[in-house]
Amino acid sequence: MLIKRPSDIAPSEITPKPVWLRRRELLKAAGAGLGLVAAGALVSRGRAEGGVATQGQAGRGTPIPNLRPSPFSTDEPKTSYADVTTYNNFYELGTGKDDPARNAGTLRPRPWTVVIDGECDAPGRIGIDDVLSGFPQEERVYRLRCVEAWSMVIPWVGFPLGDLLKRFKPTAAAKYVAFETLLDPKQLPGQRRAVLDWPYREGLRMDEAMHPLTILATGLYGEVLPNQNGAPLRLVVPWKYGFKSIKSIVRISFVSTQPPTAWNLAQPDEYGFYANVNPQVDHPRWSQKRERVIGAGIFAPKKETRLFNGYADQVAGLYAGLDLRKNF
Amino acid sequence: MTGSLPALPPDRLVRLAKPLVFALCLVPLALLVQGGLTDGLGANPTEAITHTTGDWTLRLLLVTLAMTPLKRLVGRPWPIRFRRMLGLFAFFYACLHLITYAWIDQGLDWQGIVEDVVKRPYITVGFAAFVLLVPLALTSTRAMMRRLGRSWQRLHRAVYGIAVLGVLHYLWLVKADTSDPLIYGGMLAVLLLARVPAGRLAAVGHWLAVPGQDRG
Repeated sequence: MLIKRPSDIAPSEITPKPVWLRRRELLKAAGAGLGLVAAGALVSRGRAEGGVATQGQAGRGTPIPNLRPSPFSTDEPKTSYADVTTYNNFYELGTGKDDPARNAGTLRPRPWTVVIDGECDAPGRIGIDDVLSGFPQEERVYRLRCVEAWSMVIPWVGFPLGDLLKRFKPTAAAKYVAFETLLDPKQLPGQRRAVLDWPYREGLRMDEAMHPLTILATGLYGEVLPNQNGAPLRLVVPWKYGFKSIKSIVRISFVSTQPPTAWNLAQPDEYGFYANVNPQVDHPRWSQKRERVIGAGIFAPKKETRLFNGYADQVAGLYAGLDLRKNF
Repeated sequence: MTGSLPALPPDRLVRLAKPLVFALCLVPLALLVQGGLTDGLGANPTEAITHTTGDWTLRLLLVTLAMTPLKRLVGRPWPIRFRRMLGLFAFFYACLHLITYAWIDQGLDWQGIVEDVVKRPYITVGFAAFVLLVPLALTSTRAMMRRLGRSWQRLHRAVYGIAVLGVLHYLWLVKADTSDPLIYGGMLAVLLLARVPAGRLAAVGHWLAVPGQDRG
C-alpha cells in the first residue's frame, strides 16, 4: 500500500517563482507563436497576480482603512481579484458562475441593518457602518474550498464573528447560531425562481461560531465587498465548504436547536449541516479528494484536498469523537 | 430544364451547403481555441471547455434527430443528406468532451476515472452514451450501410437511447437548477414523439384524456 504524506507544497515552490508568476505571459507568448492571438491583447482580462500587497491592487471599490494583518493568514499565492469577483456561486443573482458578477447591480448594500435576536440578553440591530467602525478590521487570507471541488485563496477583510456575538449577550440556551440572507426578489432576482427554499439560511454550532477563525467579512482585497461576493456582510468559515459561508446577511439568531440550512433542505443526502472539508467523504455524485485551483492554468494538476481545508490544527478539536462520515 | 430562371437543383444546393454546415459545426471549437489562447475562458477554463463540448454534443445530437421530422415537414428528402455529418460532429464533440474530462480534468488518473465511471451515476450514463456512439460512428460509411443492410437501421436506432442517456447525464450533474437539462429533455421528447405514427399518438392521447374508459 502506498502511504502518502499529506502534501503541503505550494504550487509556487515547484515551479521557480519568477517563471510561475509569468505563466500567463508565457502561455500568451506560446499562443502568439501560433499566430492566433492578434486580438489577444484586446480581450486580456487584466488579472492581478498573487503574492503581492493587496491594498490598492483591486482598485474597484472603497478601500477599508487601517487593516490589521492576521496570524491566521496563509502566504499561499492569492487568487486574482478578477477570478474572485467573476467566478462564484450566489444563486440569488443567478445559477451560473459568472451570473453574480453580471447581475450584481440590483443589490443595494447600503443602508443595511442586521437584526440579532433569539436566545440572548441584549437582542438588537446593527447598521453596516457601525459594524465597520465598531470592530477592528483585519485582513485574513484564507483558503476557500467549494463543495464543487474547486478552490481559491482569498484576502478577506473582516473580524471575528464571536466579537459581534458577544456584544448581544447570548444566554446558556444558545446552542447554535442561525443566519439569514436578505429576502427581496427586487434586489436578488434569483429568488423569483424556487431553485432553493428562500431565504438562504445557514447555521453553526455555538463553538464553531465563536472560533477565532470564523469571521464576518466586510471586504476583500482591501476594499468593501463587491455585491456579487455577498455585500455588505457575509460569513467566512474557512474549514467548511463554501456554501456554509452565507452572503448578504440580514439576520443572526441564537437558537437552542440545530437550525435548518438551505442546501441541506434541498438535498439532505448531499449537503450536511457540518459540511466540513473532508477528502475522505465524497459528495454522492463526485469525489472530494482533490480540487481544481482557480487561476492555476488549464494544465495544472489538481491539488490534494486536506482535512478541514488545511485548518485541522486549529479546528479538529471541535469534532473530537464525532463521526465525520455520518455528520458530513 | 429550359425555364428562364435556371433554379438550382436541390442536389446542387445540398452540395453547396454541406461545406458551409461543416464550417459552422467547427465554430464552437474555434471559439474555444481562441478563448484558450487569449485567456478568455474565465476563471475555470477546464470547466468551460468541459461544459461547452458537452453542450454541443447534446445540441448536435438533437439537430441530428431533427432531420427526419424536418424531412416530413418540408416534404423533401434533403434534410437526410445532412444527417450523417451532423451525427459525426455530435460524436466529435463527445470525443472532445471525454478527452477534456480524462486528460485535462482528471490528469489521466485512470484509477480515478474508473472509480468515477463505476461510482457516479451521471458519469456512468455519460460514459455509456459515448461507448454506444462509437459503433454508430464506425458504421456511418456508405460501405457499412450497404454491408449491414436492414440491421444498419436497427443499430442506428440506438441513437434515441443515447440521447436519453445524454440528457440524464446532464440532469444528474446539476446541483439544483435543473432548467437547462429539462429544456434539452423537452426538445428530445418532442423529437422522439414526432417519430411515433400519428394514428398511434392519437390513440394514446385519447386513452390519456379519457381515464378509466378502456381500463376495464
